[in-house]
Amino acid sequence: MTEHPRLAPRTPVTGRVGDSVQRPDAVLKVKGDFPYSSDLQVEGMLWGATVRSPHPYARIGSIDASEALASPGVRAVLTHEDVPGRKVYGLEIPDQPVLAFDVARYWGEAVALVAADSPEEARRAAHKVQVDYQVLVPLTDPELALTPDAPSLHEGGNVTRQVRIRHGDQNARAEVVVTGEYEIGMQDQAPLGPESGLAIPDGQGGVDLYIATQWLHIDRDQLAECLALSREKVRLTLAGVGGAFGAREDLSMQAHACMLALRTGRPVKIAYSRPESFVGHVHRHPGRLRYEHGATRDGKLVYVKARILLDGGAYASSSTAVIANACCFAVGPYECPNATIDGWVVYTNNPPCGAMRGFGSVQNCYAHEAQMDKLAAALSMDPVELRIRNAMKTGSSMVTGQVVEGPVPVADLLRRVRDVALPPATTSDPVDLTEMPGGVSNTTHGEGVKRGVGYAVGFKNIGYSEGFNDYSTARVRLSVVGGRPRVEVHTASAEVGQGLVTVQAQIAGTELGVSDVVVLDADTAVGSAGSSSASRQTYVTGGAVKAACEAVRERVLSLAQSEMGGLSADAGDGRRLENDAIVSADGAVVVHLATLLGEEVIEETREFHPRRTAPLDPETGQADAHLQYAFAAHRAVVDVDTELGLVKVVELATAQDVGKAINPQAVEGQLEGGAAQGLGLALMEEIQVKDGVIRNASFTDYLLPTILDMPPLRMQILELGDPHSPYGLKGVGEPPTISSGPAIVAAIRAATGRPLSRAPVRPHDIVDTSPLPS
Amino acid sequence: MEFLQPSTWTEALQMKSAHPEAMPIAGGTDVMVEINLDRHRPASILDLTRVTELNQWGADGEFLRIGAGVTYTRIIGELGDRLPGLAMASRTVGSPQIRNRGTVGGNLGSASPAGDAHPPLLATDAVVELASVGGTRRLPVREFFTGPKRNAMKQDELIAAFLVSPAKGPQQFSKVGTRNAMVIAVCSFALTLDPVRKHIGTGIGSAAPTPVIADEAERFLEGVLDEGGLWEKPASVDASALARFGELVAAAAKPIDDVRGTAAYRRHALAVMARRSFGWAWDEYRTKASE
Repeated sequence: MTEHPRLAPRTPVTGRVGDSVQRPDAVLKVKGDFPYSSDLQVEGMLWGATVRSPHPYARIGSIDASEALASPGVRAVLTHEDVPGRKVYGLEIPDQPVLAFDVARYWGEAVALVAADSPEEARRAAHKVQVDYQVLVPLTDPELALTPDAPSLHEGGNVTRQVRIRHGDQNARAEVVVTGEYEIGMQDQAPLGPESGLAIPDGQGGVDLYIATQWLHIDRDQLAECLALSREKVRLTLAGVGGAFGAREDLSMQAHACMLALRTGRPVKIAYSRPESFVGHVHRHPGRLRYEHGATRDGKLVYVKARILLDGGAYASSSTAVIANACCFAVGPYECPNATIDGWVVYTNNPPCGAMRGFGSVQNCYAHEAQMDKLAAALSMDPVELRIRNAMKTGSSMVTGQVVEGPVPVADLLRRVRDVALPPATTSDPVDLTEMPGGVSNTTHGEGVKRGVGYAVGFKNIGYSEGFNDYSTARVRLSVVGGRPRVEVHTASAEVGQGLVTVQAQIAGTELGVSDVVVLDADTAVGSAGSSSASRQTYVTGGAVKAACEAVRERVLSLAQSEMGGLSADAGDGRRLENDAIVSADGAVVVHLATLLGEEVIEETREFHPRRTAPLDPETGQADAHLQYAFAAHRAVVDVDTELGLVKVVELATAQDVGKAINPQAVEGQLEGGAAQGLGLALMEEIQVKDGVIRNASFTDYLLPTILDMPPLRMQILELGDPHSPYGLKGVGEPPTISSGPAIVAAIRAATGRPLSRAPVRPHDIVDTSPLPS
Repeated sequence: MEFLQPSTWTEALQMKSAHPEAMPIAGGTDVMVEINLDRHRPASILDLTRVTELNQWGADGEFLRIGAGVTYTRIIGELGDRLPGLAMASRTVGSPQIRNRGTVGGNLGSASPAGDAHPPLLATDAVVELASVGGTRRLPVREFFTGPKRNAMKQDELIAAFLVSPAKGPQQFSKVGTRNAMVIAVCSFALTLDPVRKHIGTGIGSAAPTPVIADEAERFLEGVLDEGGLWEKPASVDASALARFGELVAAAAKPIDDVRGTAAYRRHALAVMARRSFGWAWDEYRTKASE
């Protein structure tokens, strides 16, 4: 029997839908006792290390592993020749090598693997693998990648996908026209847990992988292909995930650890360092966006034209879906009768880009919201009033032609954030440095500080789009343990910190009226749950848990029916499950579940399939492409040191419709974390890439907001109820990240009068540093 | 990698003499980062954390002599009233955890142009005490930095302590970073007013290959204060003089464009910080003088 690594304990969760329920791992995490995937260990395990390309673009000649193999403690060195099956993988287009062959297309691409007795021996031996590189000139400008003369980085050229949206009159003219060009830098998801996992060979040709990921089944399917194993021989279990935000959608070290484990016959762990993590996952696409807005004199949008270019980097990842989002939501949540949107995502030799919280709806929000402010200025109109005048409402049509159903509270959200009382001016007597731009670094005691207020609203799709078969699976088991009924919920859905464990338990507790609910380890022994992406898990896996619980409940009620004479033959007489019992319509206990069930176990598995969507028409981009839309608005209040270009965000206010808050405490956490991540992109978070090389691949110079940077968030959480979703809920996780940053940049513009067409806003963008005339 | 762990200062110096290649380590906030990032792999490490002599401070004539192993947290807590500029700089170092481990001695050993302790040490004319089995020497801190991450230490020497006069007047430290805490300096500036010597001290961080002083700016401002008799009768200082002071501070820097900021911005920010720092220090001096 193979030893298993220690995973997080499965603590029972008590709570109903709508209760604020504390995460079962909260105390463990705060105390440092939570076993993250980087903490996994078993007896006799080896450590893997990765040899990476030091060039953004190079032809790979011979690879000489002899010196590495002769190093102390080394058990194996593997290259692309050792990939047992398909040599490439990818979420949408299998174009990314498991280990580079022929060419390396980005700085840090995996080229070879080492397994050794200790992490240090593995790392040192990795330096000794001699790779014969013939350095090529990297293609790093996405504009250049679009031109016909550019070298083609992949078969079929450099355009990973082009999206065209043609909506309404393509020759529409307007009385007032504003244009703008915007640039968004490359943001990192920066989950605090770097990529890590443990592969254990089963001795029969198969492998068990304990892994921090977002979607166990898509990992499994890709691994089975690359390892040339049947899916049954590749079993995955979710290990403790230290955040994801899109960074774990693609494979990182999964195939590598499995290859080394299968080759050595020993468990192999790989855990990336922080610098390695920066090249170990995809990032948010940097974007260049050109916009033209036309409006009537009284402020009604007539048309929007947009050209969006995203740099996808070396491999496709989920770029094709990201560019679709960037185009579908290019106008923002506004009614716009005519639109011409052209989007491209291209291959370059820059770091690969893919999924990150907001998924294509972040870059364009900076642009469309800056445009709305520009338009308001051109019209001498209040920027919030202009937005309200154009706000989408129930029944409005998207630029894709899709009519948006259910509550569409765009105007209401804007009014709500506008009507929050503004925070008082920061006093400088006596000065509290923590309230000043620059903080405790003591750069101002009030000198040069100006206040600004800015607004933004954004939206995006919840769930998979464009016809993807979106579903999740849940197995629910009801039995009696220690004289009390217990519900076990088993899904493959990844708890990545967002609170899915409590959500599943709350739904089961609500549907089955049982207070002892345990959510089992997520693994591939149950059907796919889809990814913890697109803000979809509460909707889709929540829906699956609800469906499975309903099936269990039906069986419980019919068991009661058959075992207990004298009950009405009609199950619809109002009996329900509550307080560990079947109760009648008036709440009286009919029978305790423990009594009814005895030794019996009731288990049901259900899939939940939300409504199907449709692919975008390739010529016009018209389609009912999206399942659900979620909206949020932000107001930012900033103090800017106009002489030094430093910013203190004084306060953020947000309003968001979540449909139904399943766990209000977790919803608040999402709104706060999402706003902080948005603040990061607005002010400091940028992977700086020069000639294809990342210059700040560490937390020394890739800066994340601290508690002194993130202000109090004043939240208004609306529960307007979606008529189509379980409990009326809407996905929550992504909208907070979309409009928070654009609101902050708008506030800095208001304080400084600078155009600020680029995010993150750097100090030297705010101040004029041209030398003084002497 | 050999691990050397002396328990006394004498033993430490002997070990360093026998292993001149040994990398001294105190808080480990620089050394361990370099090792973990695979940037540097010393053949041996000399762990100084058990050498209690390094953790002490006390009077040495008119100076304070502060052991190289005294942490930033202790400098803030135990010496903040006597060394306000260094304490202000110490408060900007990393997080509380880093300040609990990191030492000024380590900052000097690393000799990074961005070391937060360096500008206030320059502005206060501090002295570094270096020791080897052959003896002890004292070197003005302005002669200590010889290049980016290079200093004047000999191979067999260790940093024993630094010596600095207790503040005789207001001191300031100001640092630009692109977030409001826990940030490496884009550039920084330290200022000291010494009414006894009628001296202005300056220190610039992160804006030249080494930490530097703004000599000309110091002389200029001293001249302004002397001419107006302002030390004795502290009136406000003319705005154009302040602007000139800022320009001269900026001119003393030799910044580059890098991942943390541009050269032009660094010069600009230094001028602003110099102006503001002097303003705050002078206000404090005037307030005290009028009491």
